[in-house]
Amino acid sequence: MGAHHHEVVSVEEQFEFTAESKRNLLIGMGVGIALVLLGSYLLSQGGGHDAHAAAGHGAEHDHGAHGYHWTQRIIANLWLNSVYFAGISIIGMFFISYNYLAQAGWSAVFKRIPESMPAFLPIPAVIMIVLAVFFGDKIYHWMHEGIMDPASANYDAIIAGKQGFLNKPFYIIRLLLYFGLWYVLWRIVRNLSLREDEIGGLDGYEKSIKYGTAFLVVFAVTSSTSAWDFVMSIDTHWFSTMFGWYTLASWHVAGLATMTLTIVTLKEKGYLKAVNESHLHDLGKFCFAFSIFWTYVWFAQFLLIYYANLPEEAIYYRERFSGYGGIYKAPFFINILLNFVAPFLVLMTRDSKRTSVILKLACWSILVGHYFDFYTNIMPGTVGANGGFGAVEFGFVLLFACAFIWSVSSQLTKANLIPRNHPMLEESLHHDIA
Amino acid sequence: MAEINKKFLVGVYDDEDIALAAVNKIKSAGVKIYEVYSPFAIHGMDTAIGHPRSRIGIAAFCFGVVGFLCALTLTTWTMGIDWPMVIGGKDPLSYPNYVPAMFELTVLFTAFGMTFTFFISNGLGPTVKPLLFDPRCTDNKFIMAIDLSKNKLSETEIENLIKASGAEEVSVKQL
Repeated sequence: MGAHHHEVVSVEEQFEFTAESKRNLLIGMGVGIALVLLGSYLLSQGGGHDAHAAAGHGAEHDHGAHGYHWTQRIIANLWLNSVYFAGISIIGMFFISYNYLAQAGWSAVFKRIPESMPAFLPIPAVIMIVLAVFFGDKIYHWMHEGIMDPASANYDAIIAGKQGFLNKPFYIIRLLLYFGLWYVLWRIVRNLSLREDEIGGLDGYEKSIKYGTAFLVVFAVTSSTSAWDFVMSIDTHWFSTMFGWYTLASWHVAGLATMTLTIVTLKEKGYLKAVNESHLHDLGKFCFAFSIFWTYVWFAQFLLIYYANLPEEAIYYRERFSGYGGIYKAPFFINILLNFVAPFLVLMTRDSKRTSVILKLACWSILVGHYFDFYTNIMPGTVGANGGFGAVEFGFVLLFACAFIWSVSSQLTKANLIPRNHPMLEESLHHDIA
Repeated sequence: MAEINKKFLVGVYDDEDIALAAVNKIKSAGVKIYEVYSPFAIHGMDTAIGHPRSRIGIAAFCFGVVGFLCALTLTTWTMGIDWPMVIGGKDPLSYPNYVPAMFELTVLFTAFGMTFTFFISNGLGPTVKPLLFDPRCTDNKFIMAIDLSKNKLSETEIENLIKASGAEEVSVKQL
């Protein structure tokens, strides 16, 4: 005490979800829906521009053999955005859980932001369950009619061998289990945190450590299995033992970027006055470090497959690099550029991590980049040569992003913006890394 | 007076918070502090003393670039030009294969470069006798050194300032 010469700032802050923000978000969603409708109309008219020209090259993928309908692109986009935004949402819970487990103090002041992110989970959950039940065969090769039936013309012995895990009833149970467990554990920790605001004491904190740890155990398994289920099993023949880590790394850094962006934006609007440059610096370090971690996992997966050059493995990169008329080559490289090169160079210096504008720029790069990461993983296996980036893609991202911001904003209004009775708050207010 | 070099006033403190407060107090009186020695890092001490920011980060970046370029040259020369070999059906010069080597050499050069830069800039080496105002700064005391030649105030004035700031003892050290 006394040695620290920080100004003591008020921790009483109530976030206001203004009518203007609501109007802007509604406009955003409206534009998103309009773009989706416009894009759908163009697609239904066969305006898939180069899609048909490239269709001939798509034969190297099994989907080429099945009749393609333009609605598949709508389904694939819904799936892609649900996976991406569900991942970002649950990373909020992941972040607060490992901060509880490590008994971290520095993050207490802005903990309400990651804590509010999982509020969006029910929306992608419902979309994904409905899609899996009714349109599973449009997404998954292994859900095709007769693919596991030796009598059928569609029979595929390799896929049939995976029936023990990849069958529809078990798959739906897993989906329910993931979202159920994630949401319930988040709800418990969130309620403990809200109660702590009112009554104080250490009880909520100690219980949160327990439930947070339980979540980490659950997520250690479900982050991998959900990555197989949501993304990897689309290309059913192919598998990678690194895929779980890889998807977790992707979700994690995108979630961190969302958090950082939200915190910087709130600070610019006059909230979170207690968040100082040291907090921003540390958040910047998180984004920097986990961008590199993602790159490490991405490259490790790529290098092994590249080096071993086994046809059944290399086909995955072949499809993305030069397959389908080369339409996935651009997103493939945008992925590396936005997720590694840009954050690595931009966030390297100390000053850049402490400058709001640069920090925001890096976060946007990461967020757009990881959209393309999931795009390159999901699109070739679902729509193949009929993919592309047009009004439908842009509209869906806009729609999901606005809905996500809406849900996090309304969650933020439900409590004081700073957890006033968090036992680590005092430490966090004095966070100073010089 | 045949003073060889410099004359220092050395204050000994028992507590890091008192030492940090003392730094602020003495600095606000217009005295320039040479250095504070402590058994462990004290939050906010660097900024309080007013040390300029370390440039080791810039050095690290340069060493990293050198390491990266060395790896690039090494792999290109050995595998691509001097003795091309086909391994795993790849072209002799396939850069994805060399990324691990590039990564390793970048890290290696950065780590060694930073270590040696640190040694040199701090005057550390096998035969160098380190500048030690009071050996207790390696154990339980916090030592503040003030270079008298760099200050306008008189010796007694500074001595009184140090005493008033909560130092246990003050001594003069000639170097």
